[in-house]
Amino acid sequence: MTLIGPNGSGKSTILRTICGHLRAHAGTVMIEGRNDSALTPNERARKMAVLLTDRLRPDRMTCREVVETGRYPYTGRFGLLSETDRRAVEEAVGLVEMRDFADRDFTEVSDGQRQRVMLARAICQEPRVLILDEPTSFLDVYHKIAFLEILRRLTREKKPAVLMSMHELDMAEKISDYVMCVREGEIFRSGRPEEIFRPEVICELFGLSRELYAAYFSK
Amino acid sequence: MTLSQLRASACRRLPEGGARILLAFALLGVLLLAVLTANVFTGSAEIPFGRALRILFLSDRSNEVYRNILLRIRIPRALAALLLGGALALSGYLLQTFFHNPIAGPFVLGVSSGAKLIVALVMIFVIGQRHAVSSAVMILAAFAGSMTTLGIVLAISRRIRRMSLLVVCGVMIGYICSAVTDFAVTFADNSDIVNLHNWSMGTFSGTTGDNVLVMALVVTPAVICTFLLSKPISAYRLGEGYAKSMGVNVRRLRLWLILLSGLLAACVTAFAGPVSFVGIAVPHIIRVIFRTSRPIVMIPACFLGGSIFCMLCDMAARTAFAPTEMSISTVTAIFGAPVVIAVLIRGRRGEF
Repeated sequence: MTLIGPNGSGKSTILRTICGHLRAHAGTVMIEGRNDSALTPNERARKMAVLLTDRLRPDRMTCREVVETGRYPYTGRFGLLSETDRRAVEEAVGLVEMRDFADRDFTEVSDGQRQRVMLARAICQEPRVLILDEPTSFLDVYHKIAFLEILRRLTREKKPAVLMSMHELDMAEKISDYVMCVREGEIFRSGRPEEIFRPEVICELFGLSRELYAAYFSK
Repeated sequence: MTLSQLRASACRRLPEGGARILLAFALLGVLLLAVLTANVFTGSAEIPFGRALRILFLSDRSNEVYRNILLRIRIPRALAALLLGGALALSGYLLQTFFHNPIAGPFVLGVSSGAKLIVALVMIFVIGQRHAVSSAVMILAAFAGSMTTLGIVLAISRRIRRMSLLVVCGVMIGYICSAVTDFAVTFADNSDIVNLHNWSMGTFSGTTGDNVLVMALVVTPAVICTFLLSKPISAYRLGEGYAKSMGVNVRRLRLWLILLSGLLAACVTAFAGPVSFVGIAVPHIIRVIFRTSRPIVMIPACFLGGSIFCMLCDMAARTAFAPTEMSISTVTAIFGAPVVIAVLIRGRRGEF
């Protein structure tokens, strides 16, 4: 499911509330039919992984080490990785195709590679729910597509629920099963992509005139 | 060959990962023993080596003066440098972790000076009353001081985002505390204040065996607690958001980081006065040697590194111009400050 909407409309706020970084003013978050406040932080971390917009600058960590942090909820007192943990890490590393740069310093790789590392980190947390906050925003077209392809393969193989926000309408239309439009802090409309990606809905959502829409989106 | 390939090939000559870490730990262990030995066997009083060994291991009582120098002066002092140096380096590491700031440390953030101020005030007050201040009171006073300054630094860090500015504020707080301390010392008219003045410059001299025992009782549990936190600290390296998503109780972790770093810095200040640059420089040297930032490695390595660094500096302080002693901070600054400058110049994290 994808959230779309103008900057500052509340997409990130919704995602951050769901992943528990912000307290909900009203309503409850249900994960697999359970109220999330009934889960311990560790249980919750085993069910839900995130990819945030925070720009990370970890000190002296290789890409693989960053991925390994995803195993945190499964390791013991000192966070040492077991054989199972290592297998999960390697599988995630393979899935996002980051073998070539897995041992390089995280701060030295490109934005596109970094985003794949962060996705691998979330994947090896083995979540049932994956939350991605604008995962493709800083990437060029090639890396956007590569990222979404990995995501598609992931959902096919592991079947987690993916909830993300995006600004690329054309891509959101292709990748999503369900789309939710957020405007001024409220859910303005939601539905299947073919119901949402229509000129009148998009124009109203983003406050565009029909002329401008036609000028930029019509083929 | 590109620059990165060049660097990679240069790195390959040294062992990487686990082997490197083991080797580096072995190296630190050997260094620690060597420096500890050197500290015990050198000093302004020339004690023949064989005799010193006999005194240490065969309880030779033929020369009481030598015996006292070794057992009552040098060994407690060396152990104090070992424990407090390690404590200081670890405190610096925790503060760097907490603020996500490579140039944080108990001295630059004013924590040591804050502890010094409160200790000085308590000493002046208590010396005026009844002439003796127990170690426990000193540590409590120092802890109160370090927590107060950390509280102020934290309040400032909420308002400013730039890490370099935070450090500048910390340095200023340190100067204010030092100024107030000097003021109090100058006007507290009492012959005991001479000691206070020496202490406020920072020194390991005059440590007794009892002091060492108290230090060990404070530092050891704090180090063990820190080590037990290595898993959440590891997650915290990715920032608060991710740490939370992995199930870390971030608020509790931050509280622990502050309490432990404050306690360690306070213990150092209570016994040795403010000691500069160890907390900031040692974690960097350790990172370069170990080439990792994994807390489970960094925590023990920082402690060892701080011990070695402080014992070396203390040896230099007492032997370089013997019998005149330099203050410990003079020496630690000479060796520590260039490390900080190097870190700033490399600035690969682009935060400054």
